[in-house]
Amino acid sequence: MTSASALPRTAAEAGALLRRRETTALELAELAIARAGADQYNAWLRVSADHARAQARAADERLKAGDGSPLLGVPWACKDIIGTKDIETTAGSRILEGYVPPYSATVVERLDRAGAVMIGKTNLDEFAMGSSNENSAFGPVRNPRDPARVPGGSSGGSAVAVATGEVVFSLGTDTGGSIRQPAALCGVTGMKPTYGRVSRYGVVAFASSLDQVGPFAVDVETCALVCEALFGADPNDATTMPLPAESLRTGLRDGVKGMRLGVPREYFVEGMEPGVERAVRGALKDLEREGAELVDVSLPSTDHGLAVYYIIQPAEASANLARYDGVRYGLRVAGPDLNETYRRTRGQGFGPEVKRRLILGTYALSAGYYDAYYSKAQKVRTLIKREFDEAFKRVDALVTPTSPSVAFPIGAKVNDPLTMYLNDAFTLPVNIAGLPGISVPCGTSDGLPVGLQFIAGSYQEATLFRVAAAYERIAGPMEVAA
Amino acid sequence: MSTLDRSVVEKVAGLARIALSPDEVDRFTAQLSVVLGAVDRLREVDTSAIPPTASVLPVDNVMRDDVVRPSLPLEEVFRNAPSRDGDHFRVQTVLEER
Repeated sequence: MTSASALPRTAAEAGALLRRRETTALELAELAIARAGADQYNAWLRVSADHARAQARAADERLKAGDGSPLLGVPWACKDIIGTKDIETTAGSRILEGYVPPYSATVVERLDRAGAVMIGKTNLDEFAMGSSNENSAFGPVRNPRDPARVPGGSSGGSAVAVATGEVVFSLGTDTGGSIRQPAALCGVTGMKPTYGRVSRYGVVAFASSLDQVGPFAVDVETCALVCEALFGADPNDATTMPLPAESLRTGLRDGVKGMRLGVPREYFVEGMEPGVERAVRGALKDLEREGAELVDVSLPSTDHGLAVYYIIQPAEASANLARYDGVRYGLRVAGPDLNETYRRTRGQGFGPEVKRRLILGTYALSAGYYDAYYSKAQKVRTLIKREFDEAFKRVDALVTPTSPSVAFPIGAKVNDPLTMYLNDAFTLPVNIAGLPGISVPCGTSDGLPVGLQFIAGSYQEATLFRVAAAYERIAGPMEVAA
Repeated sequence: MSTLDRSVVEKVAGLARIALSPDEVDRFTAQLSVVLGAVDRLREVDTSAIPPTASVLPVDNVMRDDVVRPSLPLEEVFRNAPSRDGDHFRVQTVLEER
């Protein structure tokens, strides 16, 4: 396929072509570099072509030597909140513009070791704060299924790079839905691992008790392969769990026959678009027809998830983002004294959504309000987690819509933060409880993709991939976006 | 408790070391009042017997041996510094001489 113009769609396809010598890692990299360079959706902040070519040549050497690593030579894209040694990493913010990390995140090192070929860095909402990718300091990302609409966020660029076939997989981060929601809105698969599965070392910190790195791909199996490469304890991140390495693909062909799938009634509420509900109800019928048993489940505290999230997340962010002071790296806007330098640096360096959240988080942690907000939210967090734990005593996985809406027009929600935050109502409880979740394409509503979310118990990623793969076979693959 | 006025936003922005324009103060006051109104609903929940969750992990302290490891070379550390003075980050005077 030396002159083919389309990349293989999955890691398995890429691996087969490479091992049949029908292409080389360098050819795939050149194709991805060209596609990324011609991207029409502002998905990329930078294409690191020389770095990609060097990695591809090294991958070709390993392929020649018979190396069987499943991601060897496979082109991927990295959300620009994940640090990459010697390659600018901005987190979508003016305050980090020009910042070149002296070391790579553990997740990048693990993919380097697996032989995957990083093509470049993708656009995102500033510091991953957003659900539409309109909060990037470097311009919004557009949805390839309809360029007048948002791709979702915050990992919008990573979702688009996969939806358009510019790369085979990408990495995002998910604090309240930032992988699953853009996956849903762009018609690809996106997965958030259990908290503690993946190292956060070298990833720009947002809300440390909620953040996890995870993959986007067209198919479930590629996501599972990427997770196998990423998972595992890291001495540089004390929140990674020391669990033995396991195959996450053992159940991919097993189907859902005999599985008990919980349908939480609180996820089918007013405010959900009728087309989304229709698609998801259809998917539930399909799963039942394949032999799954649908179980009515109640998670009564779901309704409080948004409030818990919008206390804990900005509170953690206000602490994490205190480091941007214009002293050691990043933007410095000098004032008459040091305090004024801090204020001006942060006032000019951060965009409006980041400032809003830092003020909200500082307020929630400030003297006199701590008990009413932060401490209260931590207690309700316990309730939400307990309800999930109870549910997983009765079911193997939960099935819900990923987002209450399909992709919405750019500009439609920017001036109304609360409405914007509601986009994540179905994804953020999963982060609050630290569970693994995945969004897979589930048809369309008025021509726009709908996402189906599966949630499993802690560390039950193999089960999660099994049920998601079963549904993927029912739904069939989503087409490449223009 | 959720009454948020301009003076609170200005005070909290000061604590967070963020300079805001008067227009930003107006906008954030209105927007954050709406968000706080939604967040305030948590007060309806009875949590008298519920412990807080700070982390979902079933672990407390992770210990390791205290082993000397190489740190980043100084040139790498200073590579992104806005202002440098030898092996120091240069900032404005914090304490005046008396």
